[in-house]
Order: sequence, then C-alpha cells, then structure tokens
Amino acid sequence: MNMKIRRIADLLGATVLCGECQLDEEALSACGSDMMSDVLAYVKDQAVLLTGLVNPQVIRTAMMMDMRCVVFVRSKRPTAEMIQLAEENHIVILASNYRLYEACGQLYAHGLGSEA
Amino acid sequence: MAEALKFHYDVDGDNFTSAGAASVEVKRKLRQLGFPAETIRRVSIAMYEGEINMVVHARGGVADVYVEPNCITIVLTDHGPGIADVALAMQEGYSTAPDNIRALGFGAGMGLPNMKRYTDEMNIETEVGKGTTVTMKVNV
Repeated sequence: MNMKIRRIADLLGATVLCGECQLDEEALSACGSDMMSDVLAYVKDQAVLLTGLVNPQVIRTAMMMDMRCVVFVRSKRPTAEMIQLAEENHIVILASNYRLYEACGQLYAHGLGSEA
Repeated sequence: MAEALKFHYDVDGDNFTSAGAASVEVKRKLRQLGFPAETIRRVSIAMYEGEINMVVHARGGVADVYVEPNCITIVLTDHGPGIADVALAMQEGYSTAPDNIRALGFGAGMGLPNMKRYTDEMNIETEVGKGTTVTMKVNV
C-alpha cells in the first residue's frame, strides 16, 4: 500500500529536516538497513530508507536509488552538508527517536510493505 | 550519435566523503541525454559500487564511461593491490574491507555482486600487486 511521506512522519513522530514541500508525495515501499550495499542490492521504486547510519554516502545511496525519503532513527542527526545534498536532490529527510526495528515495525504495521 | 560520447573521471582515493561523485555526475548526464530511468539507475548503482571499491581498496583510480544509443560501458581502472581470488570476491558476503569502512555502511561483501547484478556484462582483469580493471556494460 502506498503511504504519503506526511503520514510516515506522523507515525514515526519525526521531525522534518528538509523537503517540507514534498510531504504529499507517495512512498511505495521501504527498507531499513545500516549497510548501504544491502540497500543497493534491491531496487525499489519510490522507496523510503530507514537507517541509523549517518554519513553523506547514505544520501548518495538514496540518490542512486531514486529514493524519495530518508529517515534517520535513534535520534541521529545528519550534518548540514548531508541536508544540503538531500535538498539539492529533492529527498525528504526525517529524524525520529524510534529505533530502527520499531520504526520499520510502525510503517509495516500500517501497511507500507517492502515491495512496490 | 555516430561515435560514443566519452566521459573521464579521476576518483580520489583519499576522500571517502566524496566517493560516488563521478557516479552522480554520470547519472545527471544520462538523464540529460534522455535515457530511461531504469537504465540510468542500473548504470549509476553499478558505477557507484565500483567507485566505492576503488576508494576502499585501491586508493582511487580512474573511471571512463562510453555512452552509445544502445549500450553504456563503464571502465574502472586502479593500481591497487589486485584481487587474489576473483571467484571468492564475487561471493555475496565476502569482503576484505577494514572495520572503519564497515562503520561507514560499506564492506558487506555486496559490491562486486551488485555490480554484476545491475549490468549485462562484467569483466574483471586483475593482477595481484599491479591493479584491477573492471569493465561493465549495460544494454539500453
């Protein structure tokens, strides 16, 4: 089931760090991982990435995959450089206090699957 | 396009933060040239993994991309340590990346398998102590 990014932010009690004007875009699937190559192994359209990893390669991975949104979990905060990179590439960044397992569980329970 | 468009990039081996910059640039160019999104994604993911590999294992190298209407060819050349056992390196999960690279989200042993997964042809020429050249082709 599709889910609006706005709904994802609500479910995860997340702060929107960039991409405010894209919150009505739809996500078709999601994946959670701290290993970027595992993320790169399975292309999904219009996906959301949930991760506890914070470095610019997370944003670059999202760019390569044409992802719409990256959620940083466990209260991690991306750097200004990462936010700028995301903004330039129209990727929404959310920050949530949930742990990765819980954040994925919330979205999955509310209908966002792992396959588009 | 009678002749292939050619793009050349130096991949800086000392800067993990900028790794992937060449792939981003190729992605942008292919988009401008009007290639299908799926093709662009396959090329850019394969090249991105290759670029990361060159930074992690070989202190950088060069990337040449040849763009033709029906085929995109990526040639990655480095003068790193070479790959002693290519078959082993191709196995999902096998990695020789150091711990500091794993902490950055890479080194899961998925780089080469991903490069093969997203391309139609992949060829590795390597010599221990001399370096490695990876050639990948994606048909449009």
